Amino acid sequence: MLPGSWMEKRVTFKGWLLPLLLIAPQVVISAIFFFYPAGQAVWQSLFIPDPFGLSARFVGLGNFEFLLSDKFYRASFVTTAVFSILVTLCSMIPALFLAVIADRLIKGSGVYRTLLIWPYAVAPAVAGVLWLFMFNTRVGVVSWYLGQLGYDWNHVLNGGEAMGLVVVASAWGRISYNFLFFFAALQAVPRSVIEAAAIDGAHFWRRFFTIVLPLLSPTTFFLLVVNIVYAFFETFGVIHTITAGGPQQSTTILVYKVFSDGFVGQDLGSSSAQSVILLVVVGLLTVIQFKFIEKRVHY
Amino acid sequence: MKKLLIGALAASATFLTPLAATAQTEVQFWHAFTGRLGELVKAQVDDFNASQDEYTVVQSHKGNYSETLNAGIAAFRAGEQPHILMVFEVGTATMMAAEGAIKPVYEVMAESGAQFDPDAYIGAVKGYYTTTDGEMLSLPFNSSTPVLWVNRNAFEAAGVDPDTDLSTWQKVGETLDALKAGGEDCPLVTAWQSWIHLENLSAYHDVPFASKDNGFAGLDTELMLNGDVQVAHLTAMGDWAKDGKFIYTGRRNEGGANFRAGECALFTESSAGYAGIKAEAEFDFDVRPLPYWEGAGNAPQNTIIGGASLWVMEGHEAEDYKGVGEFLSYLSSSEVQAAWHQNTGYLPITVAAGEATRASGFYDENPGTDVAVKQMTANEPTANSKGLRLGSFDQIRGIIDEELEAIWSGDKSAQEAMDSAKERGDALLRRFESANR
Repeated sequence: MLPGSWMEKRVTFKGWLLPLLLIAPQVVISAIFFFYPAGQAVWQSLFIPDPFGLSARFVGLGNFEFLLSDKFYRASFVTTAVFSILVTLCSMIPALFLAVIADRLIKGSGVYRTLLIWPYAVAPAVAGVLWLFMFNTRVGVVSWYLGQLGYDWNHVLNGGEAMGLVVVASAWGRISYNFLFFFAALQAVPRSVIEAAAIDGAHFWRRFFTIVLPLLSPTTFFLLVVNIVYAFFETFGVIHTITAGGPQQSTTILVYKVFSDGFVGQDLGSSSAQSVILLVVVGLLTVIQFKFIEKRVHY
Repeated sequence: MKKLLIGALAASATFLTPLAATAQTEVQFWHAFTGRLGELVKAQVDDFNASQDEYTVVQSHKGNYSETLNAGIAAFRAGEQPHILMVFEVGTATMMAAEGAIKPVYEVMAESGAQFDPDAYIGAVKGYYTTTDGEMLSLPFNSSTPVLWVNRNAFEAAGVDPDTDLSTWQKVGETLDALKAGGEDCPLVTAWQSWIHLENLSAYHDVPFASKDNGFAGLDTELMLNGDVQVAHLTAMGDWAKDGKFIYTGRRNEGGANFRAGECALFTESSAGYAGIKAEAEFDFDVRPLPYWEGAGNAPQNTIIGGASLWVMEGHEAEDYKGVGEFLSYLSSSEVQAAWHQNTGYLPITVAAGEATRASGFYDENPGTDVAVKQMTANEPTANSKGLRLGSFDQIRGIIDEELEAIWSGDKSAQEAMDSAKERGDALLRRFESANR
């Protein structure tokens, strides 16, 4: 390849009109579906409105003050951290394991792959109901077996069990998604490198940890970011159907609290302030991930 | 010629139909009922529509109680509000504070000229939805009150006399011991724990649930649910939970499934549980009045209602409100109310409907169905037993549920839990106060 040829990959435009036109759809969509609602949330967070929108009282940062002095709101940060870390781990580790196994299959890998992808098609709320049904304290199959083993399962009163259940229900469908990415990434690992290591006498798990895992790091990093965002925002349905944030707020993550204060409590001021805080938290988390973790990623 | 005639008929039919439809004033009615209750509401609406040709009521289901209220609020903000919105009793304070969004029922009735006599309604039902001056703001629709359901077969299986006196919690406590000793795994189960074991408990013993007449007298109200009577009751319930005599199944009416399946001996649940229990229970059951603590407060005072009322929303034509008035008047008529009461177990909202039901011999054929009515109307309601009017009450109930769960699991004492419920609930009441000042 000639040294100069790669330098010309970048397309340059003369004038401004065409480039502006080309990015316009993206800008318009972002403005309508992101900047406008986000701006509204910031604006509304400065007021205490009545539910019907008949009047609103300006309180400045009063909503934030109210929130941060609420010990249950502060506890919700810890709950959210525990929940997101657990969901991310529980959805990525099994996915990686399954992908490695599927990658080694010679026969029937297509069937295996298809079956593993299915749970991703189940909506979070539906997944929540399915798991709730299995662990229902009255008619649940799993809780019945646990009872036979002498374990009295009751996620209705036990916060730890409730957390475990929402984590598993949220991670379950996500395993499929992560599996797809890991599986694709594994296929891209050059066979020659692995064969060379095998000839040198490195056994399977050693090859996995020293060669495959580092080569998977871009995928792992991508999935880490995506899964944390998922745990923060998209697990609402699971929590709503299984525990509704209980018992004793042990599964009330930040986004669930936004909903329950805004749409159960009709307190739109507090709810908007929480959205703003959530926006900042997720923004910071993403920046941290890109600044610190990405440095360790080998592309 | 024939073809031409058919064509003309078809054409005129096409032109005339929409005309006929627009001649009628449409009244939108949003409610929260599904299943059997949904069918009964639909039947009422169809019956009203068939009874006259000036107005058409269009009923639509908008989800559960909370969702229906949210739908109404969102619709109002968008200027698309229905004429009539069903709001559950805990949303009452929210609606009352929304001056400008609601049109009080007494006003609607006065303007429409429809038949309306505020004195016809049962005091304890009406009291929940009237101002302190006695003016009716919303029309009571479905109201129920908690009672004690008894599975007679379970009593017999445990060797306990099913006719044993269960009028006080003291006696219920002894019975629970006997049931447990007789091998019963689920002696007592409940539905709607905050409503039955705190809100109604307080009213029944004539002790305040919140200051300012339970919120009727002002927005600057504070919870008083950590009083002696409440704490003593919850301590007893907590002990029963620890000994496996009270089984906790969830915040709503999850326990109903256990009771209807015959797994539990006693069940505290709304009188409106009647339809479901009668349909599903394959055992003999009894309805008893809700127990009270002998010697505590002024028990038995009267219990309070749960359920929903119909609110008329602001922002429609005067002609529409006439239709609304006619429909509400139809709903309050004795025949409609008596049928509703007998089909569902909800309370009759007018005195006449109760009397009509009695005269028809319904109570004799279905013993126990009048327990709720008697319990509600036994005494003239006091400031403590008129009802509750607290802002953000849906959320406060959630807080109470959490704290009660802490008692049942043994994490907190009843006093600690109720102190914490008060502190957290008061914070929400202050938010509500500042939003509606």
